[in-house]
Amino acid sequence: MNVALAKTGSSRAVSDLFASAEGRLPGSPAISAARRQAFETYERLGLPHRRIEEWKYTDLRALVGEVLPLATSPDATALSKAADAVKAHAIAGACRLVLADGVFAADLSDVKAIAPGVSVKTLRETLEKDAGDILETASTDAVISLNAAMATDGVVLEIADGVQLSAPVQIIHVATAASASAFTRSQVRIGKGVRATIIESFVAAGAQAYQVNDAVIVSIGDNADVAHIRLMDDAADAVNITSHFVTVGANTKLNFFNMTTGGAVSRLQGLITLAGEGSELAINGVNLLKKTEHGDLTLVVDHAVPSCTSREIFRAVIDDRAHSVFQGRIIVRPDAQKTDGKMMTRALLLSDEAEADNKPELEIFADDVSCGHGATAGALDDTLLFYLRARGLPEKDAQALLIQAFVGEAIEQIADDDLRAHVVGVAERWLERRS
Amino acid sequence: MALLEVKDLKVRVEEREILHGLTLTVNEGEVHAIMGPNGSGKSTLSHVIAGKPGYEVTDGQILFRGEDLLEMDPDERAAKGVFLAFQYPVEIPGVATMTFLRTALNAQRKARGESEYSTPDFLKKVREVSKSLNIPQDMLKRGVNVGFSGGEKKRNEVLQMALFEPSLCILDEMDSGLDIDALRIAADGVNALRSPKRAMVVITHYQRLLNYIVPDFVHVMSRGRVVKSGGKDLALELEASGYTQFEDAA
Repeated sequence: MNVALAKTGSSRAVSDLFASAEGRLPGSPAISAARRQAFETYERLGLPHRRIEEWKYTDLRALVGEVLPLATSPDATALSKAADAVKAHAIAGACRLVLADGVFAADLSDVKAIAPGVSVKTLRETLEKDAGDILETASTDAVISLNAAMATDGVVLEIADGVQLSAPVQIIHVATAASASAFTRSQVRIGKGVRATIIESFVAAGAQAYQVNDAVIVSIGDNADVAHIRLMDDAADAVNITSHFVTVGANTKLNFFNMTTGGAVSRLQGLITLAGEGSELAINGVNLLKKTEHGDLTLVVDHAVPSCTSREIFRAVIDDRAHSVFQGRIIVRPDAQKTDGKMMTRALLLSDEAEADNKPELEIFADDVSCGHGATAGALDDTLLFYLRARGLPEKDAQALLIQAFVGEAIEQIADDDLRAHVVGVAERWLERRS
Repeated sequence: MALLEVKDLKVRVEEREILHGLTLTVNEGEVHAIMGPNGSGKSTLSHVIAGKPGYEVTDGQILFRGEDLLEMDPDERAAKGVFLAFQYPVEIPGVATMTFLRTALNAQRKARGESEYSTPDFLKKVREVSKSLNIPQDMLKRGVNVGFSGGEKKRNEVLQMALFEPSLCILDEMDSGLDIDALRIAADGVNALRSPKRAMVVITHYQRLLNYIVPDFVHVMSRGRVVKSGGKDLALELEASGYTQFEDAA
């Protein structure tokens, strides 16, 4: 009887999540119907758990348990806290677009500084006017269905063909509301021949125990050169689940980088489709995890056409009882001859209880390809540590220097000097918090 | 007060005793050579003085200016002025030599309560010293010892010695893996650092190195003890007669 009661209670809580938020979710009647349908899908599936293959190492039912109610729109106090956080995490010279507790904050954004050829709208206005297919993705994942149902706002960014952006665009997600969820969905359309840098930062403005469910849909045209940098620097007890869908055109360079330096549970799951020939994809990731943090990077690179290269370098530094997960799948479709795909992941375990799971998968359906993957896990090298200590470096400093060198190989792939220095700074602050 | 006093030192590695009661006294300004066959415990002595983990001191003392060295962490020993030039300097990919040198020097200065070097002052100092050791500037930009030849690695050790200005330098088999020309450059670097305030302990298997770094005292080690001490002529005597006589004596 207790079991039956518990079940009723929990499923009521799940439907309440949508029912109590529905009035605040933007969109036409058609959008509302699509949202209800998406929520029904989520209700049927529930939070992903370990028996779902893609979520084997990140069991959200065990790690998160429940989805917190939708955050209320930030008031003046919240926005002023958010402004301080934005200032602290802003990249110098970047055009900032701020989402506070899942709502676009125009006053904190550089809407006036947007370069010619770039259009910025909010998800809210897009859903209220001409929504298109923005809530649709090919995915059947429960967290993405939940995102489609609940997304309150986001950035709809369009960069016209041929635009050369000298300054990066930085989307900053700020959490000010504790014990609440923010659902955001953004769309980035990058035209042909564009040169641009997109940065996404996830930060907290004093908020604790918040949850983020973000989805980003990116399309990049031919002959473009794009850097996409993500910094997940959430509060220590936050949950951040982000889903990326990226389509890359022909002869385009995409340099994608993700670094996770916070969050009780974080996962970036990405599907990157190489849809045009001759493109070069570089994906680099760093997880810096401590205490009982759980950080998951799950990436699928789909070589759908011939003659593309993909290079993935992933580094995890895991302290205390933290747990890092890397799942990397490379798919080479039957037509995708001359594909060159490589993936290398290394984990540095700083404690006996630290855990790393690496799951590389190659699905190759073409015969003239060069693909490979490698994985290592180990502790800091005692010989190197002693050398540094014999030269006067205290233990923590010697460790920090070796950790920086370890993650450096992934960070070095960021081409822009200032941006790379910023990312190194974020990693250094993590190291300082550790000691 | 002696600079370094090793008194009746007994050291184990795992269950095996390597040093069986070793005694050695080194004063400021002196250069001591420690010679001996492979396995006599020469490198163990250098590692224990520098504080390498994995050695268990079961008896005896090591005093540095009267202070108990065995109570200090390796980095504290470095800050006090103990420098071990490694037989095999390690390669540290991803850590630029320049960054490493500045971090280490400033860590030592900080531990001693001295002000840290500013970047321009530091660069000036490194340029002066590296020029005298024939170390090209581009070598300093590379990862620590990454892709360095044997000779370059040893010169990098001497460069550190010159920068950190330790009062005790222990050179562990500095001649290993070096040809004559590389050995001469490294030895010239070491000789330039000889001073009345600085002592050196030169550990070597071969007499050859001592033609370049001429010691004041020579000690012969065998089976974990110093079995004979003398002046620089003792090295020549060893070159002629070999270590066999001492193995019997031990």
